[in-house]
Amino acid sequence: MRRPSLRAGRLAVAVLLGLFIVLPFIGLHVPWVLPGTLDIVNSTGTLEVLALCFMFAGIAVGYDMMFGYTGLMSLGPVLYFAVGTYVFDIALTHWAWPLVPSLLLTFGVSLVLAVVLGAIALRVHGIAFAMVTLAFAQAFYFLVESNPHNLTGGDTGLSLTYTRLPSFLSGAVSNTRNLYWIALAFLVVAYLIVWLVTESVTGHVFVAVRENELRLDVLGVRPYRFKLVSFVVSSLIATGGGIVYILVIGTAVPSVVASTTVTLSILIMVVLGGAGTRWGAVIGAIVYVYLQQYLDKVGAEPSFTRLPAVLRVPLSEPQFLLGAIFVLFVFFAPGGIAGLVLRRRLNRASAATLLSVFKKS
Amino acid sequence: MNIFLVLTFSGVALGAIYFLAASGLSLIYGLMDVLNFAHGLFMTLGAYSGYEIATRLPTSLGAPTLVILAIIGATLFGGLAAGVTELILIRPLYGKPISQILITIGLDLAVVGLLMGGFGSTALQIPVPLWLIEPTHLGGLYLPNANFLAIGAGVIVLIGLELFLALTRYGIIIRAGVENREMVRALGIDVGRAFTLVFVIGGAMAGLAGILYTIVFSGDLVSPNQGDSLLIFAFIVVVIGGLGSIRGSAVAALTVGLLQQYTSFYIGGHSGWAQIGDLSTVLLLAVVLELRPRGLFGRVA
Repeated sequence: MRRPSLRAGRLAVAVLLGLFIVLPFIGLHVPWVLPGTLDIVNSTGTLEVLALCFMFAGIAVGYDMMFGYTGLMSLGPVLYFAVGTYVFDIALTHWAWPLVPSLLLTFGVSLVLAVVLGAIALRVHGIAFAMVTLAFAQAFYFLVESNPHNLTGGDTGLSLTYTRLPSFLSGAVSNTRNLYWIALAFLVVAYLIVWLVTESVTGHVFVAVRENELRLDVLGVRPYRFKLVSFVVSSLIATGGGIVYILVIGTAVPSVVASTTVTLSILIMVVLGGAGTRWGAVIGAIVYVYLQQYLDKVGAEPSFTRLPAVLRVPLSEPQFLLGAIFVLFVFFAPGGIAGLVLRRRLNRASAATLLSVFKKS
Repeated sequence: MNIFLVLTFSGVALGAIYFLAASGLSLIYGLMDVLNFAHGLFMTLGAYSGYEIATRLPTSLGAPTLVILAIIGATLFGGLAAGVTELILIRPLYGKPISQILITIGLDLAVVGLLMGGFGSTALQIPVPLWLIEPTHLGGLYLPNANFLAIGAGVIVLIGLELFLALTRYGIIIRAGVENREMVRALGIDVGRAFTLVFVIGGAMAGLAGILYTIVFSGDLVSPNQGDSLLIFAFIVVVIGGLGSIRGSAVAALTVGLLQQYTSFYIGGHSGWAQIGDLSTVLLLAVVLELRPRGLFGRVA
């Protein structure tokens, strides 16, 4: 029962992936699906939106490993995302480092921070853990805002100036295609890492931690170390996402890159898609980023501004609509999009079994 | 020395507001295991309802009356919003703590989005009487009058809350529920009503904290995200004080408020250290967690 659907699923993923790889060469015109000026599939704007979708999808699947599989509700993924954007940005812009040392430094800083802060935060459980990770992330936000040694640019942010980057990366506009592929590659790598980890023995312990930490402790397995591993790997993936972000967008502003809003967005993406399923997080992220961009564009259209204020004000605020959609999902479909799909498949399966039972009798 | 005393005074005032914001959060968590992300929203809603009252009512009432009405209105509206939230959104999800957190996050996002749409994302100014802006001359010190307001409100609420929890029937049910909810239920007491009550009390204190923060610390300005940034400090206070403990919240709130004022004045003046006041609170949190993971007054988890 399970095998054919699994093979079909893998085939679908391969086809989709191939399609996304060749997408920059397709000059298709899609009027309604993409809003405003983005209706040409391989235009710079569209590729940028898609790159953002892939970037968040990668981060979301990493977060899903920690939240969905290990049951750790961290409210601090934005910290490691912001470390990715800022450290990488500073190394390239201020110190004019080459690409590889900058990458090593960024992941190194992220690794040290994740191990130290994770070790402290994991001393408390559940809700307190959520609050502590939130506070640490907020501390980094304060740090970035205070512009130490004029490194971060404070409120106004820090633009990426590439002097030492390889030519295929520099110049965002002419190289959007390359950046798009980098974002796609990041998603694939992040997904593979999470897939390998969650299917391994370590990954099974993650699920055991989520289900019953006490029992694990009694069995002689120390959950602490596994939780830390899950936290660190997930954080490093977020850092990778931060690097992709600064390459694609080209500027880091604290309120956009380092604020709690990013954390909440990631959490919402994972829950919207369906926590603990990997692919659910990917779909949730793509749907979320797409909706955000789409609603933003639609709200600014002239036909829209003529609506009465009672309708126009709520409908032109993407944050309101996304929040409301999220509330509805938590209420009526707590398993997210993945939950809805799986439930349908299950129903079909049980219907099939039911039919075969009827035939036998 | 004088500067130190003035800093202490404003630190206590800031601590009073943190206490108002955090104690409700702590009670709600202690009784119901709900991490209420919408608490920041209740603060923001309190501030906006205060703004509406202070600007819509005729100015002939006089600025002092308007501000008092705004503070009362903010408190009532915060309580009302929290009560409605509990009844409609939280109640159907009991036994699912993660869903409850998520629903309060969604609510917070959605309503803050609405506020941005309705009021704009720029800050709005609440008119206050001149008295609140002027300082009082006391023993060689100039103490900002607005700080007295915050400290007074904090002290009244602390005493009121302690008396309520110690003496009234519902107070006893809430305290018992914080200790052992299942036992209270097994004794045939309707804990559900206590849940709503705790939300209403918490929301009212949040609304009060929201309007007071506006008047005392943010230059009479109201903005859609102010509650969410206050919420972070409320979280820090709750964890330091120990989840579920009112006295813990009070002590932690004072400590955090004072620390923030001292560090931001004595260290924050140097370039690149502007945010040290905010940063130091997180460092304190890390130290407390290392030494005493359950917080200052927390029970053994």
